[in-house]
Amino acid sequence: MSGSSSHGSHGTPQILFTGLGLAFGLTVIPFLIVTTGMFSTETTLFAIALLAVIQIVVHLVYFLHMDFTKKGGWTLLSFVFTVTIVVLFVGGSLWIMYHLNTNMMPPDMMVDHMLKENMR
Amino acid sequence: MSSSTLANHGAHGAAVHHEDDHHHDVDGTTQLGFWIYLMSDCIIFATLFATYAVLAGATDGGPTGRELFELGFVFIETMFLLASSGTCGLAMLASDRGDADKVSFWLKITFVLGACFIAMEVYEFQHLIHEGASPQRSAFLSAFFTLVGTHGLHVTAGLVWMGVLMFQIKRFGVGGFMTRRLATFSMFWHFLDVVWICVFTLVYLKGAM
Repeated sequence: MSGSSSHGSHGTPQILFTGLGLAFGLTVIPFLIVTTGMFSTETTLFAIALLAVIQIVVHLVYFLHMDFTKKGGWTLLSFVFTVTIVVLFVGGSLWIMYHLNTNMMPPDMMVDHMLKENMR
Repeated sequence: MSSSTLANHGAHGAAVHHEDDHHHDVDGTTQLGFWIYLMSDCIIFATLFATYAVLAGATDGGPTGRELFELGFVFIETMFLLASSGTCGLAMLASDRGDADKVSFWLKITFVLGACFIAMEVYEFQHLIHEGASPQRSAFLSAFFTLVGTHGLHVTAGLVWMGVLMFQIKRFGVGGFMTRRLATFSMFWHFLDVVWICVFTLVYLKGAM
Protein backbone atom coordinates (compact mmCIF):
# COMPACT_ATOMS: atom_id res chain seq x y z
CA MET A 1 0.00 0.00 0.00
CA SER A 2 1.19 3.48 -0.64
CA GLY A 3 1.36 4.50 3.01
CA SER A 4 0.84 8.06 4.09
CA SER A 5 0.94 9.95 0.81
CA SER A 6 -1.22 9.62 -2.24
CA HIS A 7 0.55 12.41 -4.11
CA GLY A 8 2.96 10.87 -6.53
CA SER A 9 2.76 7.56 -4.74
CA HIS A 10 2.07 5.29 -7.68
CA GLY A 11 5.62 4.57 -8.69
CA THR A 12 6.88 4.80 -12.25
CA PRO A 13 5.87 3.27 -15.60
CA GLN A 14 8.91 0.98 -15.30
CA ILE A 15 7.63 -0.44 -12.00
CA LEU A 16 4.14 -0.90 -13.47
CA PHE A 17 5.33 -2.67 -16.63
CA THR A 18 7.79 -4.87 -14.71
CA GLY A 19 4.89 -5.92 -12.49
CA LEU A 20 2.64 -6.57 -15.49
CA GLY A 21 5.30 -8.67 -17.21
CA LEU A 22 5.93 -10.73 -14.08
CA ALA A 23 2.18 -11.19 -13.42
CA PHE A 24 1.61 -12.26 -17.05
CA GLY A 25 4.39 -14.85 -16.86
CA LEU A 26 3.21 -16.10 -13.48
CA THR A 27 -0.29 -16.58 -14.95
CA VAL A 28 0.77 -18.28 -18.20
CA ILE A 29 3.08 -20.81 -16.50
CA PRO A 30 0.50 -22.41 -14.14
CA PHE A 31 -2.10 -22.58 -16.97
CA LEU A 32 0.50 -24.31 -19.16
CA ILE A 33 1.50 -26.71 -16.39
CA VAL A 34 -2.11 -27.78 -15.84
CA THR A 35 -3.21 -27.95 -19.51
CA THR A 36 -0.16 -29.91 -20.65
CA GLY A 37 -0.21 -32.14 -17.54
CA MET A 38 3.56 -32.29 -17.65
CA PHE A 39 4.01 -33.04 -13.94
CA SER A 40 2.53 -35.49 -11.45
CA THR A 41 -0.54 -34.37 -9.47
CA GLU A 42 1.46 -33.55 -6.34
CA THR A 43 4.12 -31.57 -8.21
CA THR A 44 1.46 -29.67 -10.19
CA LEU A 45 -0.45 -28.74 -7.03
CA PHE A 46 2.70 -27.56 -5.32
CA ALA A 47 3.85 -25.63 -8.40
CA ILE A 48 0.56 -23.76 -9.02
CA ALA A 49 0.25 -22.91 -5.29
CA LEU A 50 3.80 -21.59 -5.19
CA LEU A 51 3.34 -19.56 -8.40
CA ALA A 52 0.10 -18.08 -7.00
CA VAL A 53 1.86 -16.99 -3.80
CA ILE A 54 4.69 -15.44 -5.84
CA GLN A 55 2.18 -13.61 -8.06
CA ILE A 56 0.34 -12.28 -4.99
CA VAL A 57 3.63 -10.86 -3.69
CA VAL A 58 4.32 -9.35 -7.14
CA HIS A 59 0.90 -7.63 -7.10
CA LEU A 60 1.39 -6.34 -3.56
CA VAL A 61 4.82 -4.91 -4.36
CA TYR A 62 4.43 -3.64 -7.95
CA PHE A 63 0.72 -2.67 -8.07
CA LEU A 64 -0.29 -1.92 -4.49
CA HIS A 65 3.16 -0.47 -3.66
CA MET A 66 3.15 -1.89 -0.16
CA ASP A 67 5.34 0.14 2.09
CA PHE A 68 5.29 -1.08 5.65
CA THR A 69 7.42 1.70 7.03
CA LYS A 70 4.62 4.24 6.84
CA LYS A 71 1.90 4.96 9.41
CA GLY A 72 3.94 3.69 12.36
CA GLY A 73 3.65 0.07 11.24
CA TRP A 74 -0.15 -0.10 11.42
CA THR A 75 -0.41 -1.27 7.83
CA LEU A 76 2.07 -4.05 8.55
CA LEU A 77 0.36 -4.98 11.79
CA SER A 78 -3.11 -5.23 10.20
CA PHE A 79 -1.64 -7.20 7.28
CA VAL A 80 0.15 -9.71 9.52
CA PHE A 81 -3.00 -10.06 11.65
CA THR A 82 -5.11 -10.75 8.53
CA VAL A 83 -2.67 -13.27 7.12
CA THR A 84 -2.66 -15.08 10.49
CA ILE A 85 -6.47 -15.21 10.57
CA VAL A 86 -6.66 -16.34 6.94
CA VAL A 87 -4.14 -19.15 7.53
CA LEU A 88 -6.04 -20.24 10.67
CA PHE A 89 -9.40 -20.14 8.83
CA VAL A 90 -8.40 -21.95 5.69
CA GLY A 91 -5.77 -24.29 7.14
CA GLY A 92 -7.82 -25.09 10.24
CA SER A 93 -11.05 -25.71 8.28
CA LEU A 94 -9.34 -28.06 5.86
CA TRP A 95 -7.50 -29.91 8.63
CA ILE A 96 -10.59 -30.42 10.79
CA MET A 97 -12.99 -31.18 7.93
CA TYR A 98 -10.62 -33.68 6.37
CA HIS A 99 -10.38 -35.56 9.67
CA LEU A 100 -14.13 -35.39 10.25
CA ASN A 101 -14.70 -36.71 6.75
CA THR A 102 -12.45 -39.72 7.22
CA ASN A 103 -13.22 -40.47 10.87
CA MET A 104 -16.95 -39.85 11.00
CA MET A 105 -18.30 -41.15 7.72
CA PRO A 106 -21.12 -43.72 7.78
CA PRO A 107 -19.87 -47.34 8.09
CA ASP A 108 -20.69 -48.39 4.52
CA MET A 109 -18.83 -45.39 3.09
CA MET A 110 -16.00 -46.12 5.49
CA VAL A 111 -15.54 -49.58 4.00
CA ASP A 112 -15.38 -48.09 0.49
CA HIS A 113 -12.96 -45.46 1.69
CA MET A 114 -10.67 -48.00 3.37
CA LEU A 115 -10.70 -50.22 0.30
CA LYS A 116 -9.73 -47.23 -1.83
CA GLU A 117 -6.95 -46.25 0.59
CA ASN A 118 -5.60 -49.81 0.57
CA MET A 119 -5.54 -49.92 -3.20
CA ARG A 120 -3.21 -46.91 -3.37
CA MET B 1 9.79 4.01 -3.43
CA SER B 2 10.65 7.05 -1.30
CA SER B 3 12.83 8.60 -3.99
CA SER B 4 10.07 8.32 -6.59
CA THR B 5 7.66 9.88 -4.10
CA LEU B 6 9.95 12.84 -3.71
CA ALA B 7 10.52 13.16 -7.45
CA ASN B 8 6.83 13.15 -8.19
CA HIS B 9 6.14 15.72 -5.52
CA GLY B 10 8.11 18.20 -7.56
CA ALA B 11 6.25 17.30 -10.71
CA HIS B 12 2.88 17.56 -9.07
CA GLY B 13 2.92 21.32 -9.25
CA ALA B 14 2.94 24.22 -6.88
CA ALA B 15 -0.84 24.59 -6.75
CA VAL B 16 -1.36 21.80 -4.27
CA HIS B 17 2.04 22.02 -2.63
CA HIS B 18 1.11 24.31 0.23
CA GLU B 19 -1.75 21.97 1.16
CA ASP B 20 0.49 18.94 1.23
CA ASP B 21 1.25 18.92 4.95
CA HIS B 22 -2.42 18.88 5.79
CA HIS B 23 -3.35 16.39 3.05
CA HIS B 24 -0.59 14.00 4.01
CA ASP B 25 -2.36 13.22 7.22
CA VAL B 26 -5.87 12.92 5.78
CA ASP B 27 -4.62 10.84 2.85
CA GLY B 28 -2.63 8.55 5.10
CA THR B 29 -5.54 8.00 7.48
CA THR B 30 -7.98 7.37 4.60
CA GLN B 31 -5.62 4.87 3.03
CA LEU B 32 -4.97 3.07 6.30
CA GLY B 33 -8.71 2.93 6.95
CA PHE B 34 -9.38 1.59 3.47
CA TRP B 35 -6.54 -0.89 3.90
CA ILE B 36 -8.22 -2.20 7.06
CA TYR B 37 -11.49 -2.55 5.10
CA LEU B 38 -9.61 -4.57 2.46
CA MET B 39 -8.14 -6.78 5.18
CA SER B 40 -11.63 -7.48 6.54
CA ASP B 41 -12.75 -8.25 2.97
CA CYS B 42 -9.82 -10.68 2.82
CA ILE B 43 -11.35 -12.50 5.78
CA ILE B 44 -14.74 -12.73 4.01
CA PHE B 45 -12.99 -14.29 1.02
CA ALA B 46 -10.96 -16.58 3.29
CA THR B 47 -14.17 -18.05 4.75
CA LEU B 48 -15.57 -18.56 1.24
CA PHE B 49 -12.32 -20.15 0.05
CA ALA B 50 -12.26 -22.45 3.09
CA THR B 51 -15.89 -23.44 2.43
CA TYR B 52 -15.14 -24.10 -1.22
CA ALA B 53 -11.99 -26.11 -0.43
CA VAL B 54 -13.93 -28.29 2.03
CA LEU B 55 -16.88 -28.83 -0.34
CA ALA B 56 -14.99 -29.08 -3.64
CA GLY B 57 -15.33 -32.88 -3.66
CA ALA B 58 -18.99 -32.92 -2.55
CA THR B 59 -20.51 -33.20 -6.03
CA ASP B 60 -23.39 -35.51 -5.06
CA GLY B 61 -23.01 -37.46 -8.31
CA GLY B 62 -23.38 -34.24 -10.29
CA PRO B 63 -20.83 -32.60 -12.59
CA THR B 64 -17.30 -32.11 -11.25
CA GLY B 65 -14.99 -29.18 -11.79
CA ARG B 66 -13.00 -31.26 -14.24
CA GLU B 67 -16.06 -31.66 -16.46
CA LEU B 68 -17.24 -28.07 -16.16
CA PHE B 69 -14.22 -25.76 -16.25
CA GLU B 70 -12.76 -24.60 -19.54
CA LEU B 71 -9.29 -23.28 -18.86
CA GLY B 72 -8.98 -21.38 -22.15
CA PHE B 73 -12.07 -19.36 -21.25
CA VAL B 74 -10.78 -18.69 -17.72
CA PHE B 75 -7.38 -17.68 -19.09
CA ILE B 76 -8.95 -14.98 -21.27
CA GLU B 77 -11.03 -13.80 -18.29
CA THR B 78 -7.83 -13.61 -16.22
CA MET B 79 -6.07 -11.61 -18.95
CA PHE B 80 -8.93 -9.08 -19.05
CA LEU B 81 -8.64 -8.54 -15.31
CA LEU B 82 -4.83 -8.35 -15.36
CA ALA B 83 -4.91 -5.89 -18.26
CA SER B 84 -7.46 -3.78 -16.35
CA SER B 85 -5.06 -3.73 -13.38
CA GLY B 86 -2.40 -2.44 -15.75
CA THR B 87 -4.60 0.33 -17.20
CA CYS B 88 -5.71 1.24 -13.67
CA GLY B 89 -2.01 1.62 -12.84
CA LEU B 90 -1.59 3.88 -15.90
CA ALA B 91 -4.55 5.98 -14.71
CA MET B 92 -2.83 6.41 -11.33
CA LEU B 93 0.44 7.43 -12.99
CA ALA B 94 -1.53 10.05 -14.96
CA SER B 95 -3.14 11.15 -11.69
CA ASP B 96 0.35 11.61 -10.19
CA ARG B 97 1.13 13.96 -13.09
CA GLY B 98 -2.18 15.77 -12.60
CA ASP B 99 -3.28 14.88 -16.16
CA ALA B 100 -7.09 14.68 -15.87
CA ASP B 101 -7.67 13.75 -19.54
CA LYS B 102 -5.32 10.77 -19.35
CA VAL B 103 -6.85 9.64 -16.04
CA SER B 104 -10.31 9.68 -17.66
CA PHE B 105 -9.01 7.88 -20.72
CA TRP B 106 -7.31 5.05 -18.77
CA LEU B 107 -10.26 4.73 -16.38
CA LYS B 108 -12.54 4.26 -19.38
CA ILE B 109 -10.29 1.49 -20.71
CA THR B 110 -10.18 -0.08 -17.23
CA PHE B 111 -13.97 0.07 -17.12
CA VAL B 112 -14.32 -1.65 -20.50
CA LEU B 113 -11.84 -4.41 -19.55
CA GLY B 114 -13.60 -4.94 -16.20
CA ALA B 115 -16.97 -5.03 -17.99
CA CYS B 116 -15.61 -7.69 -20.39
CA PHE B 117 -14.52 -9.76 -17.39
CA ILE B 118 -17.99 -9.50 -15.82
CA ALA B 119 -19.68 -10.26 -19.15
CA MET B 120 -17.63 -13.45 -19.47
CA GLU B 121 -18.45 -14.44 -15.91
CA VAL B 122 -22.18 -13.84 -16.39
CA TYR B 123 -22.01 -15.89 -19.61
CA GLU B 124 -20.20 -18.70 -17.78
CA PHE B 125 -22.75 -18.76 -14.93
CA GLN B 126 -25.65 -18.69 -17.38
CA HIS B 127 -24.04 -21.48 -19.40
CA LEU B 128 -23.45 -23.64 -16.29
CA ILE B 129 -27.01 -23.18 -15.04
CA HIS B 130 -28.32 -24.00 -18.52
CA GLU B 131 -26.32 -27.25 -18.46
CA GLY B 132 -27.91 -28.21 -15.14
CA ALA B 133 -24.87 -27.23 -13.07
CA SER B 134 -26.83 -24.71 -10.99
CA PRO B 135 -26.00 -23.75 -7.38
CA GLN B 136 -28.79 -26.08 -6.19
CA ARG B 137 -27.21 -29.15 -7.82
CA SER B 138 -24.51 -29.91 -5.21
CA ALA B 139 -22.58 -28.46 -2.29
CA PHE B 140 -19.61 -28.06 -4.62
CA LEU B 141 -21.62 -25.89 -7.01
CA SER B 142 -23.19 -23.86 -4.16
CA ALA B 143 -19.70 -23.09 -2.85
CA PHE B 144 -18.44 -22.35 -6.37
CA PHE B 145 -21.20 -19.87 -7.23
CA THR B 146 -20.92 -18.18 -3.82
CA LEU B 147 -17.15 -17.71 -4.02
CA VAL B 148 -16.86 -16.69 -7.68
CA GLY B 149 -20.12 -14.69 -7.51
CA THR B 150 -18.91 -12.71 -4.48
CA HIS B 151 -15.77 -11.78 -6.39
CA GLY B 152 -17.90 -10.84 -9.39
CA LEU B 153 -20.10 -8.62 -7.22
CA HIS B 154 -17.00 -6.84 -5.94
CA VAL B 155 -15.83 -6.23 -9.51
CA THR B 156 -19.31 -4.94 -10.41
CA ALA B 157 -19.14 -2.56 -7.43
CA GLY B 158 -15.76 -1.46 -8.80
CA LEU B 159 -17.39 -0.70 -12.17
CA VAL B 160 -20.02 1.48 -10.47
CA TRP B 161 -17.29 3.20 -8.48
CA MET B 162 -15.36 3.89 -11.71
CA GLY B 163 -18.48 5.39 -13.27
CA VAL B 164 -18.84 7.77 -10.31
CA LEU B 165 -15.13 8.68 -10.47
CA MET B 166 -15.29 9.46 -14.21
CA PHE B 167 -18.18 11.84 -13.53
CA GLN B 168 -16.32 13.44 -10.61
CA ILE B 169 -13.13 13.92 -12.65
CA LYS B 170 -15.13 15.90 -15.23
CA ARG B 171 -16.40 18.10 -12.43
CA PHE B 172 -13.47 18.41 -10.03
CA GLY B 173 -10.35 17.46 -12.03
CA VAL B 174 -7.79 15.20 -10.39
CA GLY B 175 -6.04 17.24 -7.68
CA GLY B 176 -6.60 17.29 -3.90
CA PHE B 177 -9.36 15.02 -2.63
CA MET B 178 -9.79 13.46 -6.10
CA THR B 179 -6.19 12.16 -5.94
CA ARG B 180 -7.13 10.46 -2.70
CA ARG B 181 -10.33 8.98 -4.12
CA LEU B 182 -8.53 7.67 -7.18
CA ALA B 183 -5.78 6.14 -5.02
CA THR B 184 -8.39 4.40 -2.85
CA PHE B 185 -10.17 3.02 -5.91
CA SER B 186 -6.87 1.74 -7.29
CA MET B 187 -6.21 -0.17 -4.05
CA PHE B 188 -9.65 -1.78 -4.34
CA TRP B 189 -9.17 -2.74 -7.99
CA HIS B 190 -5.70 -4.25 -7.48
CA PHE B 191 -6.98 -6.09 -4.41
CA LEU B 192 -9.68 -7.76 -6.55
CA ASP B 193 -7.02 -8.94 -8.97
CA VAL B 194 -5.11 -10.48 -6.03
CA VAL B 195 -8.27 -12.34 -4.95
CA TRP B 196 -8.74 -13.53 -8.55
CA ILE B 197 -5.25 -15.12 -8.49
CA CYS B 198 -6.50 -17.32 -5.63
CA VAL B 199 -9.76 -18.03 -7.51
CA PHE B 200 -8.17 -19.17 -10.77
CA THR B 201 -5.55 -21.23 -8.91
CA LEU B 202 -7.71 -22.93 -6.29
CA VAL B 203 -10.99 -23.17 -8.19
CA TYR B 204 -10.23 -23.46 -11.90
CA LEU B 205 -6.69 -24.84 -12.18
CA LYS B 206 -6.99 -27.25 -9.25
CA GLY B 207 -10.54 -28.15 -10.32
CA ALA B 208 -9.51 -28.93 -13.89
CA MET B 209 -6.60 -31.15 -12.86
